[in-house]
Amino acid sequence: MPQERRKGEPFAVKDCALIAVATGKRAQNLKEMVDTLMTIHPGAIYHHFWGGLLRPRFDDPQYNNDFAVWCHYGLHDDILAERLAVIDPTDYENLEAIRQRLIEVLENRLDELETLSWSRTDQQFYFLRSQIVVFDTQKILSTPEELAQAIPHMSVGSVFFHFIDARRRFPWRMDDFRAWLQGFGEEYGHCVDALSCIDPYFLTLTELRTQIHQTLTNCLQRNA
Amino acid sequence: MGVLDDYAAVAGKDAIEHLKQLASLLKGMRVVHVNSTKVGGGVAEILTKLIPLKRELGLDVKWEVVRGEEKFYECTKMFHNSLQGESIPIKDELLKIYEETNAYNAEDLRSKLQDADFVFIHDPQPLLLLRNTPNRKGKWIWRCHIDLSHPYRPVWRYLRKFASEYDASIFSLADFAQALPNIQYLIPPSIDPLSDKNKDLPQETINKVYEEFELDPDRPIMLQVSRYDRFKDPIGVIRAYRMAKKFSPGLQLVLAGGGATDDPEGEQVLAEVQAEAGGDPDIHILLLPADANLTINALQRAATVVLQKSLKEGFGLTVTEALWKGKPVIGGNTGGIRLQVINHHTGFLVNTPEGAALRMRYLLQRPDTVQEMGRKGKEFVRTNFLNTRNLREFLTLMVAFINGGEDRIELEVPD
Repeated sequence: MPQERRKGEPFAVKDCALIAVATGKRAQNLKEMVDTLMTIHPGAIYHHFWGGLLRPRFDDPQYNNDFAVWCHYGLHDDILAERLAVIDPTDYENLEAIRQRLIEVLENRLDELETLSWSRTDQQFYFLRSQIVVFDTQKILSTPEELAQAIPHMSVGSVFFHFIDARRRFPWRMDDFRAWLQGFGEEYGHCVDALSCIDPYFLTLTELRTQIHQTLTNCLQRNA
Repeated sequence: MGVLDDYAAVAGKDAIEHLKQLASLLKGMRVVHVNSTKVGGGVAEILTKLIPLKRELGLDVKWEVVRGEEKFYECTKMFHNSLQGESIPIKDELLKIYEETNAYNAEDLRSKLQDADFVFIHDPQPLLLLRNTPNRKGKWIWRCHIDLSHPYRPVWRYLRKFASEYDASIFSLADFAQALPNIQYLIPPSIDPLSDKNKDLPQETINKVYEEFELDPDRPIMLQVSRYDRFKDPIGVIRAYRMAKKFSPGLQLVLAGGGATDDPEGEQVLAEVQAEAGGDPDIHILLLPADANLTINALQRAATVVLQKSLKEGFGLTVTEALWKGKPVIGGNTGGIRLQVINHHTGFLVNTPEGAALRMRYLLQRPDTVQEMGRKGKEFVRTNFLNTRNLREFLTLMVAFINGGEDRIELEVPD
């Protein structure tokens, strides 16, 4: 259920866990990447844009999706890596729209290149998808102050679910915390604004949790 | 204090809370794990730790092993080597023993296997239990711990038809997987932070290895822990050390590997390594027994920087172990090392002895960087490569499975 925006509606804290699934598809050059992207399970697009934040990997500060990372490390095509890295998945209505954008960027690059660059055999791009289990923690919050206190105790799964995954779940493309705080009216408008300045793609989930907590606590202190 | 509390102290309370939440969705589930031994080997090591954890989380977990004659193990050892790429044709006579052994083990384990909600079969040894348990009720999952990226095809063709009958399979990395008609989950390997090899050690234990191996604690130490194998490039490590030593004359190198007496190629590589060292008193070539876990732990903690300059590597758990001890790792740019060594963050990926030497020199001049990388590496392992994460993924997989296996499953936690 989406977090409601109405004042007084409690915030139900959820948690989630993710497991990666192999699709059996892989690419060793750009052409293969485009061909596979045309038909790959949409879950793979989700996994390579969002899922990375919840699975074992280091948060690469240079690029925030797996396609860009592979173009940099696998193909050594930094021009393409930069173009892919700038794609903000929340700009798109759904996974199909992101797929189309990816294909467009890759095909443009293919048109520019005179030769096809290949990755080493052991640096192929493996298309993965994921299964996500979302569950209710039975923790209910009633006020913004309670939210600020609860954040340090939330699991990274909860942080992912409410602050990152939420952006693609609802038409307003906003994290659950801001969406809920908006329901409290102008009084908390500056909290919403401050949270919107946090870029979740360049922080680990633990760092993100700390930053959300600090930001919210600072804003609420100003209200007090 | 229970086992979960012990893990909470190192993995973090929130990680354990997360496990409890997931496990509450599986309370009372009957789970059976089957492998071929309770002692020795990586799989037994993993199960020894995971099973008490699962029990404490409320699951009804049993651990069974298949038993067989010498020829059975001869056959499964050949499976293991051929699945990792060696061309080893296996005679029909041995395959017949393999099939018969699985059939009578299935008979012995029938009541436990057929009533279980989940059966996890580890590696190829017990693979045919499914075929020999016709009235099974639960989900059967094959957990393959082996690198199947380049199997010897005739042997894989034989085993694949049995693996295909499972409801799902689990591989360690996408590169290790082979095409199968069932869903293939990916669960990377992990380390146990409370084992002898990884637990915190008192300074006295670390001091003992300085004494035992005549290392100078006041001079920098580079360490590589791995068996004497050409793919681990011990010669390249010595060359890199020599290049770096010109700039840091006090540098010491420790190569710590297992005994090579039963491995003719290992003995040969060891001889080559000793020849390359040429009697340098600052190169310490150690032959350690297989159970020298505390010694390896202490050596990793004593090292300034750890190397894993492999030319080919599976996952590279020695890298995980070193990062967990807060050491930057200079690793070969290959396999699972790339998942763990992040340039300028947890260490450096290198392609040549020259590259390794350059990074050694860089780190030896920057103790603050060594410390900062070590801190990041430890946190990286804490979040991603401890066995609590491994358990979380097992639980997630089970929850996903009993709820239809959709991409997104939303559940209520039972009261």
